[in-house]
Amino acid sequence: MSDHEYTPKSKFGKWFNDRLPLLTLGNHLTEYPTPKNLNYWWTFGAILTFCLMAQIITGIILAMHYVANSDLAFESVEHIMRDVNYGWLIRYFHANGSSMFFLAVYIHIFRSMYYGSHKSPRELIWIIGMIIYFLMMMTAFMGYVLPWGQMSFWAATVITNLFSAVPFIGDSITNWLWGGFAVDSPTLTRFYALHYLFPFLILGLVILHIWALHIPGNNNPIGIDLKHPSKDKVPFHPYIVIKDLYALLIFLIIFAFLVFYSPNLLGHPDNYIEANPMVTPDHIVPEWYLLPFYAILRSIPDKLFGVIAMFGSIVVLVILPWLDTSKVRSAIFRPLYKQFYWFLVADVLILGYVGAMPAEGLYLLVARVATAYYFLHFLVILPVLGVKEKTLDVPLSLTEPVLGGSTNESILKNKKEI
Amino acid sequence: MAEDKKTNRRDFIFTASYALGAVGVGAAVWPLIDQMNPDASVKALASTEVDISSVERGQSITVLWRGKPVFIRRRTDEEIAKAKEVNLEELKHPEKDEDRAKNPEWLVMIGVCTHLGCVPLGDKGEYGGWFCPCHGSHYDTSGRIRKGPAPTNMEVPKYEFVNSNTIKIG
Repeated sequence: MSDHEYTPKSKFGKWFNDRLPLLTLGNHLTEYPTPKNLNYWWTFGAILTFCLMAQIITGIILAMHYVANSDLAFESVEHIMRDVNYGWLIRYFHANGSSMFFLAVYIHIFRSMYYGSHKSPRELIWIIGMIIYFLMMMTAFMGYVLPWGQMSFWAATVITNLFSAVPFIGDSITNWLWGGFAVDSPTLTRFYALHYLFPFLILGLVILHIWALHIPGNNNPIGIDLKHPSKDKVPFHPYIVIKDLYALLIFLIIFAFLVFYSPNLLGHPDNYIEANPMVTPDHIVPEWYLLPFYAILRSIPDKLFGVIAMFGSIVVLVILPWLDTSKVRSAIFRPLYKQFYWFLVADVLILGYVGAMPAEGLYLLVARVATAYYFLHFLVILPVLGVKEKTLDVPLSLTEPVLGGSTNESILKNKKEI
Repeated sequence: MAEDKKTNRRDFIFTASYALGAVGVGAAVWPLIDQMNPDASVKALASTEVDISSVERGQSITVLWRGKPVFIRRRTDEEIAKAKEVNLEELKHPEKDEDRAKNPEWLVMIGVCTHLGCVPLGDKGEYGGWFCPCHGSHYDTSGRIRKGPAPTNMEVPKYEFVNSNTIKIG
């Protein structure tokens, strides 16, 4: 992986490294050349790694006190909150941790889309990332079911019923998922097992994600290929490590504010009522991070097509590297794309808002328009834009616009004008 | 494989081995999949008897059967008339009221919205029947879907009157 040969200094280090080159890996990770112009939007990779590890650690602790049985689950969560030493802290950290995790992952995804990090040669990094994102949604959903409150139960019912839309075998699939004829104890137990498993699958994919990243190296705000070795790069340690740690600190302040001052802000009060299969709460909503997809599902008046549209909204993300046909990566040099990018951000936020509102009247109309625009953006605007858009001139290197020596006429001209 | 190469005994043995291997893997994997299907103890709870002697006209009760709510409604004459006068061509899932309620006074159906499984609320909605709060499906006084995303009418389970006061569901 590293460009230069690495030899450990100590004799034991050399002996060990010849047999298992862990020290070479460690050297690669510290020396890893990174673009020197990375901004704070690039710190979310490290923040996400922290989130995953924090969720795994708090999750394993919660698993020591939680009981996955429909008669005992709700009580055992209250037991964690009231009796277990620091149980309240660990559970609130884990529950709010999922929200912070998704906040960070959305920023990370939208950063990629703005600076074109999904484009060649980084398509696989993007696709692995989308698989991670999908697994995160499944993991979060199954985790939300575990406390066995009213929202848990009805979230499980509505989401598993999505599969009943499959023609002919829909009912067999749902019965298989449930282990019964409705969501019940067998469903809870298997969700628990999978909720425990999936984070480790995510961890494996994160390793592949980083591995795939280290082949071409990081994209950067200018979005150009950087020569290596060159003055455009700095070693990962200490430059990026310190920057990531500082960003993580700010992130943790917000995180701690949620955990200590308003731990139930993002939760739903109905989840403090034990699951009751006879009564559906008047207004059921998923967790905030799933609301845009929920809005898409509800905006289509047909069951099967609603489900197809919802999954389709994720599929268009997976194939984004081929939908976005522009050769220029960064939105900085794409004046039109930059505007459409912010329209998309607004569109997703609007979808999230109407997803939390009742599906009727004006809300439904807005949801339908926003759903149509979402697909329009990916399936029509992006492919056309790549061909039609007049992009700005891209510099040849990071230092070139500052130090000159460019062979690019227009940039030299612009510089003289300044 | 090249065109000119003749199929020989060895190719046959390869194909046969792969096929047998696939069958073997399938047989080994099936228990791992099937264990998730409803188990014997769940299936054993297949029927339930309900005492309906205290239900007045215009009232309904909800009982749990196989983990799902079942609505048992003793309908008023007005509701029955309303359910019967509907033109079947207007319905998304055409079913006669007579077929859904063998004894027109008693409507027995699984109280689960056929959209995504929520429990609809009674005496609500634009058709005087049920309304699902989750995604806004309206059902009429026969439990038939009239408006909203649900694809079919609420399901009528297998049931019978054991005597005039008892219904056996399942």
